Amino acid sequence: MATIEKSVVSEPRVIAGFDVERVREDFPVLRQTVNGKPLVYLDNAASSQVPQVVIDRGSVYLEDEHSNIHRGVHYLSQKATTAYEGAREKVKRFINAREAKECIFVRGATEGINLVMHGHGRKFITSGDEIIISAMEHHANIVPWQMLCEEKGARLRVIPMNDAGELLMDEYDALLSERTKFVAVTHISNALGTVNPIKQMIDQAHKYGVPVLIDGAQSAPHLAVDVQDLDCDFFAFSGHKMFAPTGSGVIYGKAALLEKMNPFQGGGDMIKSVTFEKTIYGDLPNKFEAGTPAIASQIGLGAAIDYLSSIDREQATAHEQELLRYATERITAIEGVRVIGTAREKTSVLSFVIDDIHPHDIGTILDQEGIAVRAGHHCAQPVMQRFNVPATARASFAFYNTKEEVDVLARTIEKVVEIFS
Amino acid sequence: MSELSELYQQVILDHNKKPRNFRKLETANHSAEGFNPLCGDHLTVYLNLEEGAVKEISFEGSGCAISKAAASMMTQALKGKSKQQAESLFKEFHGMVAGDSVVSDEEDASDGLGNLKVFSGVREFPVRVKCATLPWHTMHAALNNQALISTE
Repeated sequence: MATIEKSVVSEPRVIAGFDVERVREDFPVLRQTVNGKPLVYLDNAASSQVPQVVIDRGSVYLEDEHSNIHRGVHYLSQKATTAYEGAREKVKRFINAREAKECIFVRGATEGINLVMHGHGRKFITSGDEIIISAMEHHANIVPWQMLCEEKGARLRVIPMNDAGELLMDEYDALLSERTKFVAVTHISNALGTVNPIKQMIDQAHKYGVPVLIDGAQSAPHLAVDVQDLDCDFFAFSGHKMFAPTGSGVIYGKAALLEKMNPFQGGGDMIKSVTFEKTIYGDLPNKFEAGTPAIASQIGLGAAIDYLSSIDREQATAHEQELLRYATERITAIEGVRVIGTAREKTSVLSFVIDDIHPHDIGTILDQEGIAVRAGHHCAQPVMQRFNVPATARASFAFYNTKEEVDVLARTIEKVVEIFS
Repeated sequence: MSELSELYQQVILDHNKKPRNFRKLETANHSAEGFNPLCGDHLTVYLNLEEGAVKEISFEGSGCAISKAAASMMTQALKGKSKQQAESLFKEFHGMVAGDSVVSDEEDASDGLGNLKVFSGVREFPVRVKCATLPWHTMHAALNNQALISTE
């Protein structure tokens, strides 16, 4: 029992400075070779890797604590419930929510956005209303709103962007009106790396009394998020992009808004009482968590938050910024390479194209050298259309990546150019 | 890099750079559009079928080197072939790149593939198989009067 308790608690140990080699030791997946070459994992914007402490936390849960939550009076159920609700407390502190009940556990950012679309959108949006999104949204923050507009006869408005991949704030201002009933915008573009001025955007929307949802899937792993300071109404993020297992994620919502919303799914655990005549829904957060959730994954998310608080995030971010700067410099020096997304404010996403070489071919050749990048439209086809490219190759960095890995990337891109010359 | 040089053979790189029969066919009486939503490959195959034979064939669109070269070489291989021959070549080609060939070595029906055998290296790259077969699926759809196909 003593050993279990020890690993469960895993008190954050803040490390002074940032030692990337030491941090890499925390991620077992990084030790492998691919095609005989050391793995160079540069697909972090799609999904990040999981540190040993998070893996261990999942094992402890499965070995010693697994049971259904919020149900039994028995020992294990209470233990599982404590761990699960403990993870919610960690999430609350991580994003500085007022109350833990404002943090609804979902499968990921996509499910979080869909929850708001169904719970808030379908209840409050009507014919003639307008919903504003941006030109750089992931499909997850386009399609649900399109579905809603189609159902309600509402209109989807899109904030355009410039050639650097920055939203045009004047255009946003012009789009906002009495007709606007909702704004859904990404904090950071997954395809371009642009960091949007969301605090200002939220302020502008609030002048019209319009609630704002922020898609934080790309920002939660890289930036300190304070939902009270931002004053956003909803904030969605995924665990698997911030060093936790897949199936974990959160939709934060202001309690007053969540209270007014319809439930998302119906089922067990989201009710107070059920008769064939009437069901009384449960209080927050249970109202939005029908059925048995991904208990192990969400506990893993809590452990990932502990892990993040154990490293110096400011220095980790500085390291990522340096990787981005260095990679941009190395890659743009190669003839024929063009970076897509050159905003002044960027996180560690580097999308690029090479003249006359399809990103899929780039991806295959990089893979042969052990380098994992994403090649495709990044679930952001409108972004591809805006820049008039069918797809891009995208290297996205985490704090465990190194300058040496950037060198391997640059050398291999040179090889790609050579093969196709 | 040996598997890589198997995949990106010179002849494939050449067809990628200078695709043959890369144009819209004004006299086409059959055509179909093919998509691979995963990677954004998109092409149209045009056929002029006369008396059950491929009199003219062309394609246009955008895609990776493998799909473009496969389309280019397919148009060369199919010109003058009967509908039946085109279908059986499709089967052989698919069998070769997808590794699900039912033909035994003794029969060696792959002889019919001729220089299309340069695509045999694709088999080692499972995620790229669809790139090579997309033009063929699209051609098959055009032959059978389907307007739109998608591989995923």
